[in-house]
Amino acid sequence: MLRSRIIPCLLVHNKGLIKTVGFKEPKYVGDPINAVKIFNEKEVDELMVLDIDATVEGRGPDFELIKNLAIECRMPFCYGGGITTVEQARQIIKLGAEKLAISSAAINNLPLLKEIGNAVGMQSVVVVIDAKKRGLLSGGGYDIYIKNGKVKTSINIKEFLLELNEIGVGEIVINSIDADGTMKGYDYVLAEMVREWTDVPITILGGAGSYEDIKNLVAKFKIIGAAAGSLFVFKGKYRAVLISYPINDEKATILNKK
Amino acid sequence: MIKIVNYGSGNIRAVGNIYDRLNINYEVADTPEALNGANKIILPGVGAFDETMGMLKKSGFKEILEELVLIDKIPILGICVGMQILSEGSEEGDSEGLGWIKGKVKKIDKNLLLHKPKLPHLGWNSVDIKKHSKILDSVDAKTGFYFIHSFYFECQNPEDELTSTFYGKNFSSSVNRENITGVQFHPEKSHHNGISLLKNFSQL
Repeated sequence: MLRSRIIPCLLVHNKGLIKTVGFKEPKYVGDPINAVKIFNEKEVDELMVLDIDATVEGRGPDFELIKNLAIECRMPFCYGGGITTVEQARQIIKLGAEKLAISSAAINNLPLLKEIGNAVGMQSVVVVIDAKKRGLLSGGGYDIYIKNGKVKTSINIKEFLLELNEIGVGEIVINSIDADGTMKGYDYVLAEMVREWTDVPITILGGAGSYEDIKNLVAKFKIIGAAAGSLFVFKGKYRAVLISYPINDEKATILNKK
Repeated sequence: MIKIVNYGSGNIRAVGNIYDRLNINYEVADTPEALNGANKIILPGVGAFDETMGMLKKSGFKEILEELVLIDKIPILGICVGMQILSEGSEEGDSEGLGWIKGKVKKIDKNLLLHKPKLPHLGWNSVDIKKHSKILDSVDAKTGFYFIHSFYFECQNPEDELTSTFYGKNFSSSVNRENITGVQFHPEKSHHNGISLLKNFSQL
């Protein structure tokens, strides 16, 4: 049987790994290559690495970093950050990533998404959506943000999700800006909304604070991607940096296979 | 020497990385001539069926592979689309496949999937071992392998099915006939099971 995926999500900033809260307050958590080595030993289901500087700095992907990460990764590896052309996408797959995460470029340009899909296979195309709750005065719902939560777009999230589903992207990662780094649990309303409007694989990111949170998400959606940053890099209430990941027994409990 | 066919498709590096780690020698064959002296061949592949077949033909690898695999009987391992092109053809395109293993590649039927997500078939899934093969030694079938695909191999001869996997229905997640093996999943990204499989292949 197909199983849910538990996915550490690492953010790259100034060549180091960081973790944010609400997309702010970056805290240095270590070296990317070293983290990948540890996650290899823990046999993680998948790994997502997002370079959060690339788009903001208006530059392309850091191929040297991707190459070095791909050499180390013995698990499926998804890279995101600064991808705006078909050629960059091809290059990243060639370097050894399974999947490409596209955010800003996809939101501005759906035809580009299709072109990239034609070049590398649509199953490898992952769209990351950064969503933030609207105030009640604005009628509730969610807005899509780009550039690390700095720029609000006017895109209707439902229409966008329907379009992505129509194209048949390989996966949609929904990242809750409100929940980011809070470790207070996933935004189930957001998750449910995305699940309702699409039937492609989805991964929920933002808010996981315990294995229990992941267990609840899996219990609710059966097959889903449960991604987390803080949970897998911090330990204890003082947030000491320590990389962790559920061991086999814990994983079986989370996935309700025990 | 194991040779990995570099015809412009697929993740050459990831397979090589595993062999590096195991201290097993391999070479990446960038030209058809570079396949000379191979005693094992790995045929990766990602992307669309027609594009992959097109690249295999254009690069000049198709003829020499036919000689090495069909006449000299050198063991070959096709991965993902590299497995699918072992078939006679695919619903995904119009190109003929290599036709080394009888069967067609079909699209996974969304209607058989009762729950979301539907396509692609993405993630870790178990395998059911259908026949004995050294290549599956010390593979934990329940843990299985990492999959990412929307098309699957439908074997014409049940005896060519090496493992089956359930996604809406049972499909051939790996196939084998004589020296020819193909896996739909990604052994190069499947931790200890994948490492075992690639190591076993090197020792065939």
